[in-house]
Amino acid sequence: MRQWFAHGLRGRRSGIVLLLVLLALWEFSARLEWLPAMSWPRMSAVAATLGQLIASGELLSELGASLWRMALGYALGVLLGVIVGVLMGSFRAIYNLLEPITEILRPIPSPAYVPIAILFLGIDDEMKIFMIAFSAFFPVLLNTYSGVRAVDPVLLQTAKTFGVRGARLVRQVVLPAAAPYIFTGMRVSLAVALIVMVISEMVAASNGIGYFVLAAQRGFKVREMFAGVITLAAVGYGLNWLFLLIEQRVLAWHHGYSAQHRD
Amino acid sequence: MSAAAYIELSGVKKTWNAQGRLTTALAGIDLVIEKGAFVSIVGPSGCGKSTLLQIMAGLVPSSDGLVRLHGQPVREPPRDMIYVFQQYTRSLFPWKNVQRNVAYGLESRGGLSAADIAERTAQTIAKVKLQGFENHYPWQLSGGMQQRVAIARALACAPDVLLMDEPFSSVDALTRVGLQQLLLDLWQSLGLTVIFVTHDVDEAIYLSTRVVALSRPPAHVGLDLTIALDHPRDAILTREHVHYLDYRHRLLAQLFADEGIASGAVHS
Ligand SMILES: Nc1ncnc2c1ncn2[C@@H]1O[C@H](COP(=O)(O)OP(=O)(O)OP(=O)(O)O)[C@@H](O)[C@H]1O
Ligand SMILES: [Mg+2]
Repeated sequence: MRQWFAHGLRGRRSGIVLLLVLLALWEFSARLEWLPAMSWPRMSAVAATLGQLIASGELLSELGASLWRMALGYALGVLLGVIVGVLMGSFRAIYNLLEPITEILRPIPSPAYVPIAILFLGIDDEMKIFMIAFSAFFPVLLNTYSGVRAVDPVLLQTAKTFGVRGARLVRQVVLPAAAPYIFTGMRVSLAVALIVMVISEMVAASNGIGYFVLAAQRGFKVREMFAGVITLAAVGYGLNWLFLLIEQRVLAWHHGYSAQHRD
Repeated sequence: MSAAAYIELSGVKKTWNAQGRLTTALAGIDLVIEKGAFVSIVGPSGCGKSTLLQIMAGLVPSSDGLVRLHGQPVREPPRDMIYVFQQYTRSLFPWKNVQRNVAYGLESRGGLSAADIAERTAQTIAKVKLQGFENHYPWQLSGGMQQRVAIARALACAPDVLLMDEPFSSVDALTRVGLQQLLLDLWQSLGLTVIFVTHDVDEAIYLSTRVVALSRPPAHVGLDLTIALDHPRDAILTREHVHYLDYRHRLLAQLFADEGIASGAVHS
């Protein structure tokens, strides 16, 4: 993915050609009715519907509702993951206390929690934000913990000899040193959070892009459904792109540092 | 505690435990260091020089015995002491450029305005001859340059006590002479107390008011020499002084005998 980024459009010419070929195949297969037209509309028709949905503002308002919940849940999950990860990495007692429970909760697929979450939090925003935060939490927690454990003790002692300890030590040394790990966790969490956002909206919601896709399918509005899925693909791609952009800036030192230490 | 005692080590022992394997590095070190002294510690590789310095810095607990500074037991790094790591590469913050690394020590002390910090940082960077590299990151510098960044970061703070672990090991001979001069100037003008670990006997005598030679591990003080040569020292003439040669002879004789190296040395 990072290579894609570095090479820009030039390096992926063949990949883009394949994409265009597949889109053309979609168009022709629909025109020639290889699949029932009821469930396989033409690409051009879907594109037109997508254009209308964007122009009417309907799609953007659904998307806005979804992204707002996702941003809130993701931020909450990442924040808590970093805090608990730093605590577990810094204090043996806290690690011993929390490690067993995280090991039990972590492998359960997040969607399995949705029914429980509905029971306690209802079907409104609270439930969805909780679910997104909950699923974003674990990858960040585990990676932060590993990152904190991997901080070079010489770096910590250097700060100590300058009289830096406690919260300042965490802020000035532990967090920057563990940042490459934390970002790895955040990247995994981003993908998971998107999935959980869609699922929670499909299970119980009255708005949001996940709800939109499911409602379109139930209402036999197949073109709308496909337009929704395409929107989700674009959102996923865009979020990942934004994430990499931020990561490249924040971790510029790390990319230079590891390039230097690779040979 | 005697009147002159500033740093006092009494019966300092250290046994390391590496995955159940016990290594006694220090067998029991007693030292009394007066304020303003420049003490070098020499000894064979692995004898416990770094261990001893880290215990003095409050970075590593001793297994037995006590270090006192101003009569106060040292249990964690004291504010007045700064330790310069032998592992200089790992001791620099890779996410900070040279300027920010050097300023880090000053910033962490507090009580200085941003303008003061910037000024002192620039001055110290100039002293270690790193002007023009302020915006470089440590991993973009050579080993010797990184070592100078680490030295500058400590010197900028002008602490009462400077503990330096082989700080000039990776710089070329000429730069080394320059840095030695810089350290001696600061030591004299600021009245610092310096404890300096080196395995270079010549460097130890040239810089110090006192040289302590540790024996092979488990280490004890093998030889404790007061260097009665006038300061300021001269990069060429001091090394030709008869007393200098005598100190050198005695220290080398001690270290070689300890290593079992045969030589023409006569014990004096
Ligand atoms: N963190 C540690 N854990 C376990 N053993 C250690 C540790 N640090 C040092 N030792 C051991 O203590 C002994 C002394 O090490 P130390 O680094 O103090 O030697 P030194 O005199 O500084 O050597 P050099 O001149 O090579 O730097 C060695 O046997 C070393 O293996
Ligand atoms: Mg050492």
